[in-house]
Parts: sequence; C-alpha cells; structure tokens
Amino acid sequence: MGGTAAGPVPDASHDFALWEKRVDALLVIASSEGHFTVDGLRRVLEDMGEEAFETMSYYERWISSVNQNLIEAGVYTTAELATKMTEVAARGPTYGEAASD
Amino acid sequence: MPHDHHDHLSPSGHPYRPDNDHPLTYWQQMEIAVRELLIEKGVTTAAEISAQIDAMDARSPTDGAKVVARAWTDPAFREALFADASAATREMGFDIGPMRLIALENTAEVHNVVVCTLCSCYPRNLLGLPPDWYKSRAYRARTVKEPRKVLAEFGVDLPDGTTVRVHDSTADMRYVVIPMRPEGTEGLDEEALAALVTRDSMIGTGLAKAP
Amino acid sequence: MTERTYLRVREDMPPGHVRTPAYLRGKTGWIERELGSFPNPEELAYRHAGTPTPLLRVRFSMAEVWGDAAENPQDTLDAEIYAHWLAPAEAPHAT
Repeated sequence: MGGTAAGPVPDASHDFALWEKRVDALLVIASSEGHFTVDGLRRVLEDMGEEAFETMSYYERWISSVNQNLIEAGVYTTAELATKMTEVAARGPTYGEAASD
Repeated sequence: MPHDHHDHLSPSGHPYRPDNDHPLTYWQQMEIAVRELLIEKGVTTAAEISAQIDAMDARSPTDGAKVVARAWTDPAFREALFADASAATREMGFDIGPMRLIALENTAEVHNVVVCTLCSCYPRNLLGLPPDWYKSRAYRARTVKEPRKVLAEFGVDLPDGTTVRVHDSTADMRYVVIPMRPEGTEGLDEEALAALVTRDSMIGTGLAKAP
Repeated sequence: MTERTYLRVREDMPPGHVRTPAYLRGKTGWIERELGSFPNPEELAYRHAGTPTPLLRVRFSMAEVWGDAAENPQDTLDAEIYAHWLAPAEAPHAT
C-alpha cells in the first residue's frame, strides 16, 4: 500500500486486551516451534484481501491467519477446530466464562 | 468502589479484565479454540503462553532509550552499535532473540524515519509492540511518499536542508533510530538522558525531549 | 564518495506473497549495503524450505520513485530487496 493516498495518521491508541496478547503469544510460540513462518502468516493476511483490512481488527486478522497456517501444517484439522469452537461457544457468552482457565 | 458491579466479578471475586465482560466475538472464540488445541496437541502449555505474554509486556521503549543514552555517552558502544546493532544490544543484556537490528543515526544533516509498508515489522524485541498508528493504512501508505507531511503531523518540522531518509522495513532487518542528543544535556548521566528518549524518537516520528 | 552500484527492481507483478513493494518495481537505486543470505520468503510463505538468497539494502532517490510528485527529490528511500528481484542498471537521470 506504499504511496497510495490516505488521510491523516490516526493518533488514537489502545491498550492490548488479554485475548490480543494471547494471539501474539500463540504466533510467537507456534512459529518458534516450526509450525509456520512469519511469511506464511503474511501470505494468508494478504490473501484475505482489502475487505478484511476494512472490516477486521489487527488481531482478528492475525488469529485467522494463525489458524489457517496451523491447519495447513497439520497441527489440527478443520473438524477438530469446528468441534472446539462449538464447545467454547457453549460455555457462555463472555470471554471470562468461555476461557477454560 | 462506586464502579463495582457484582456481575463484573468473576467467580473468584476478582474483576474480569476489560475484554472479559463483553459478548465473545467469533474471533475471540477462535483464539480460545486455537489456544486449547495447541495445548492439547502438546505444542505449548498455558504456562508457556503466560510467560511469553509476560516477556512481551516487559519490553518497552525504555529498553531502547537505554541503548540510545549509552550511544550518546559511550563512543566505543556507539561505534559497535552502528557496526552491528543486534550484537551491541544483546551485549547490553537485552533479549532481542533472533532479531537483526540496524541502528540509524539522526544528525543535523540526515533525519531517518522507519515504516513497514508491507505489514507492521517493528523492533518489538527491543521496543515492545508497535503503536496502533504505526500499523495504520495512513502511516504505511503516506510515509514513503510524503514523509515530511507525515512528520509535520507528528510535530516534527525539518529544514529543507535536512535529508529525510525513509526506511521501508520490507524483509529481515528491523530498525531503531538513534535521535540527536538534545542541546543542554552535557552534564546529564545515562539515566537522565534515557528519560529524554521517547518511543517516537526511535521510530523517527519524534525528537528526543529537551531537558 | 565511493562509486555507486546501481540496480533496477524487476517490474513483475506476480500474484501471491512477495516482499518487494509494488511502488518500487521498475525503479533504479544503488546498493546501500549487502546483508548476506536469507531464506527466500516467497518459498517460506508456501511451506517450502527457502533457498538462501542474497538480501540487499537498496537506496532510491525520491525523485526516482515518485518523479515530479516527489515531496523533496533529494530525500531517499531505503528498502531490503532480494537479489532475484534486482538487475544491473545504469544511473537513472533523476539522480
């Protein structure tokens, strides 16, 4: 996107939420364990396209890419993810309730 | 406390972190699922994830500020830093991991500023996580084309005679800017000098503070 | 000043993951420094080992990159570019 027209640089900032820090940690750990590379992360982020950049937050895009890379690496299957996400959703509506720890 | 509500307390009686009491988004559900699968598959442990978060939380621009202050006061270190910033910062005791770091010197003639147009590469192992604006479309799109206008928005107005060098962090290097030492700081020790070094001054969108 | 070695960035526009910014394709700059070899990220991105590939820091004048639209033609832009994207070149007119 270098050189394209854009408005003022936004000066708003936010403290990272716990779940965002966890996404970051999962990326660092899974890539240091050799399950994917930073370039694999970037490739999926880029393939998500412009729309994702407008509609998803930074760490939403990251967890999506981390997940895609882990499935490609064979760490778990799409079916295992589906079962787990259904299970997580059933625990309760908030992050505090759904987190197992 | 007046802001406490019972439904904001976890079963253990502690308040939830701010992100814990809103309805879960799809992506937060995915984070929990991915994390638990990685633990079940033996890729990582809950303790390892916590330790990684703690390690990242412990990194901040104050680490980089110490490097800058030392470069201002120790000529041998300064030389080592510009020769090999990874080795020099590691030598100072910073856990920069496999990061390949290049230090860029700001002078009266040259002002360096760093951007990553392809994603959000940042010297996170030295400065912590990048600020939101660094990851914004506006900063990434404009800094390579109109750096002086972007710098002016950050309050940095450079004379025409100063060359602006933009560094697009496109591949395996990470960059830290060593800002100019402010005038009137001759008597200050390293600690006092480090307090003048801001995060933005090490990205190039700011200057070190006056004492 | 030592003699500059000029290189031109390939103009290719392939789909998929590459680390060469689009705005630099077809532009000519000079070697700022050589960084050694790194695994080719275009292979790493697709789960291949990554052939060791020389990586160079190339410096461009803003005049070369943006032409008349340059904010200040004397300012420069440095980027890290893998060797397979670079070809020998003559000095551009703009510098």
